[in-house]
Amino acid sequence: MSDHDHDHDHAPIADGDEPPAAARVRALEALLVEKGVISHEDVREGIDWLVSRTPADGARVVARAWLDPDYRERLLADGRAAARELGIDPGPAPVLVAVENTERVHHMVVCTLCSCYPRGLLGPPPDWYKSLPYRSRAVSDPRGVLAEFGTTLDDDVELRVLDSTADIRYLVIPRRPEGTDDLTEDELAALVTRDAMIGVVAPAAPAAVGA
Amino acid sequence: MSYRPGQRVRVEAREHQGHHRTPAYLKGRTGTVERVHAAFRNPETRAYGSDGLPAQPLYLVAFAQRDVWPDYGGHADDRLFVDVFEHWLQEAQ
Repeated sequence: MSDHDHDHDHAPIADGDEPPAAARVRALEALLVEKGVISHEDVREGIDWLVSRTPADGARVVARAWLDPDYRERLLADGRAAARELGIDPGPAPVLVAVENTERVHHMVVCTLCSCYPRGLLGPPPDWYKSLPYRSRAVSDPRGVLAEFGTTLDDDVELRVLDSTADIRYLVIPRRPEGTDDLTEDELAALVTRDAMIGVVAPAAPAAVGA
Repeated sequence: MSYRPGQRVRVEAREHQGHHRTPAYLKGRTGTVERVHAAFRNPETRAYGSDGLPAQPLYLVAFAQRDVWPDYGGHADDRLFVDVFEHWLQEAQ
């Protein structure tokens, strides 16, 4: 019995703590399956693929680019091919563009229209990336957003915000931290956090890892 | 591909009912083509079951933050880079 007041009875659409959006998605999935557009197996496979990806994949790409200038060039030229070189499936987005932070230029990524994100290299996006405050303020007040992440850019740094509105996915190659000349590729990769590849923070300092 | 890198382009200010991928905050703003990506199927028709053809060229367009937000509080050099489909662009004077 529903507890609202339209003129027919039905089972509760949302059970217990299930958010309304989840109920809507379940209803949509049931309809699409019923109409033969997709199968439940397709949905399961899609979710399995998505949760199998983690920022560690993107971190491997970045660490390799820090160590190997030729690989860095290939990554900047074609992100998908460079990911595949390391055995990483870059996912369904047709183009992956890697952008490089330098002493003079800092990049950060947002999708103001929804939550476009390089899921093949970073896994599912964090909740804040999908939130309305981040999506709106990342374009209108990006330095304010960076400050809230604890990131302050030098005065002579140009801030470039990338709004991924279409088929392109963007991955930020953060600046390699000082004092990492002796680190192995795996040790370097451990410094490369998800948020650094979105461009809202710098990579971890070497001393902070494994301490 | 009607536009080339370095060219000044204006995002059309028109309204569009239904799904589209041109953010409202850019409409009527002028920027510079940074990169020509490729042509992609049109999301505006794909959203309603079409094949999205003919494919539309997609550009990465750079906008000075101060041209987009008149009271932008960051630095004068800060820029915003947005992917915009060709049918939303016109040549800027």
